[in-house]
Amino acid sequence: MSLDKPYLDVPGTTIFDAEQSRKGYHLNQFCMSLMKATNRERFKADMRAYLDEWPMTEEQKQAVLARDLNRCIAAGGNIYFLAKIGATLGKSFQQMAGSMTGMTEEEYRDMMISGGRSVEGNRVVGEDGSAQAHRQPQGSSTKVGL
Amino acid sequence: MARITASVYTSHVPAIGAALDLGKDKEPYWQPVFKGYEFSQRWLKDNRPDVIFLIFNDHATAFSLDMIPTFAIGTAASYQPADEGWGPRPVPTVIGHPELASHIAQSVIQDDFDLTIVNRMDVDHGLTVPLSLMCGPQDPVNGAWPCPVIPFAVNVVQYPVPSGRRCYNLGRAIRKAVESYDEDLNVQIWGTGGMSHQLQGPRAGLINKVFDNNFLDRLIADPEGLAGVPHIDYVREAGSEGIELVMWLIARGAMNDKPPTVRHRFYHVPASNTAVGHLILENT
Repeated sequence: MSLDKPYLDVPGTTIFDAEQSRKGYHLNQFCMSLMKATNRERFKADMRAYLDEWPMTEEQKQAVLARDLNRCIAAGGNIYFLAKIGATLGKSFQQMAGSMTGMTEEEYRDMMISGGRSVEGNRVVGEDGSAQAHRQPQGSSTKVGL
Repeated sequence: MARITASVYTSHVPAIGAALDLGKDKEPYWQPVFKGYEFSQRWLKDNRPDVIFLIFNDHATAFSLDMIPTFAIGTAASYQPADEGWGPRPVPTVIGHPELASHIAQSVIQDDFDLTIVNRMDVDHGLTVPLSLMCGPQDPVNGAWPCPVIPFAVNVVQYPVPSGRRCYNLGRAIRKAVESYDEDLNVQIWGTGGMSHQLQGPRAGLINKVFDNNFLDRLIADPEGLAGVPHIDYVREAGSEGIELVMWLIARGAMNDKPPTVRHRFYHVPASNTAVGHLILENT
């Protein structure tokens, strides 16, 4: 019997459950290592070499090198762990969150100042809100990733 | 006998800590946030507790994926502000209260809540931002928080997280534990995190003012009913990280059964990615 996962139909959202956690274990533990200043320096000096010290999948490594947080999450990453990559690169949490939406930094910041993303149309896959797949990416950013 | 006199509820957005630490708190963007805590800082000075029992969540700081305790109580003598990747926040060391913490652990575990006991833990923004908001900026070396703090960490990072009902009932067990402590201590319980926010994926930036304000109303007047809200409602309505709000139910459950006095209520959007909510409730 499979487990009940009522959260799979929330648009633009990956719930970090036991299955995602298992998939992303080494990716997330690599992120944890960036809490030490010396590791942050080593990572910045040669990212590929640093990643190769970890038993991560090639897709996980490529996602990190592309600074593509959506791709990292699909590969099992969790945002609180991935935030260590952003911190290492000198990015704020707002920059990180915004980078997953297709919006430029200014567009995302403006959306937050005007009250944030509405829940209307964004509760269930198949509605017509801004987080739905057919409306994404929603902004004018040409950059993928942080 | 120790007693819980009041509960405080507040968001713990990391950018609030950064704004304070970098001296940005007077900027127009941040002014409305800090204004919402001016009363609270006066209130805390006038109602200084002997101990703060502070419920927060660790954000992949002290607990990596190596160990994921659902409920963890700090029984250490002190806790250092953590380096979360940006370097540690320049705030004072957090002094613990090992005697009361151990007493609560003993009592609550015998009440069927299987706590993890933690004797070494760095504390992240989840714990230090509420202290900064309520106490104002403190010099990291010569300053100090107003009283000892018992950190209580709840897993809201990896699903499934504890249910609202379990959190509420845990609060009741904590109340019972505090009230069975012999020393005459004035204890405040703080529930932190939330309110609506989502930090991940194309749905990042979600805010739901209607949900948040309804949550505040019900936390005051109908906590028992609010405890029955399932996880999926938080995720759908308040964003994937809005689930942090279950931690507020622990603090609310620790209050007595009479209607509380609402000393302060504040709500503001945004602080970075998040809706800021704040309440002070006193036991009557």
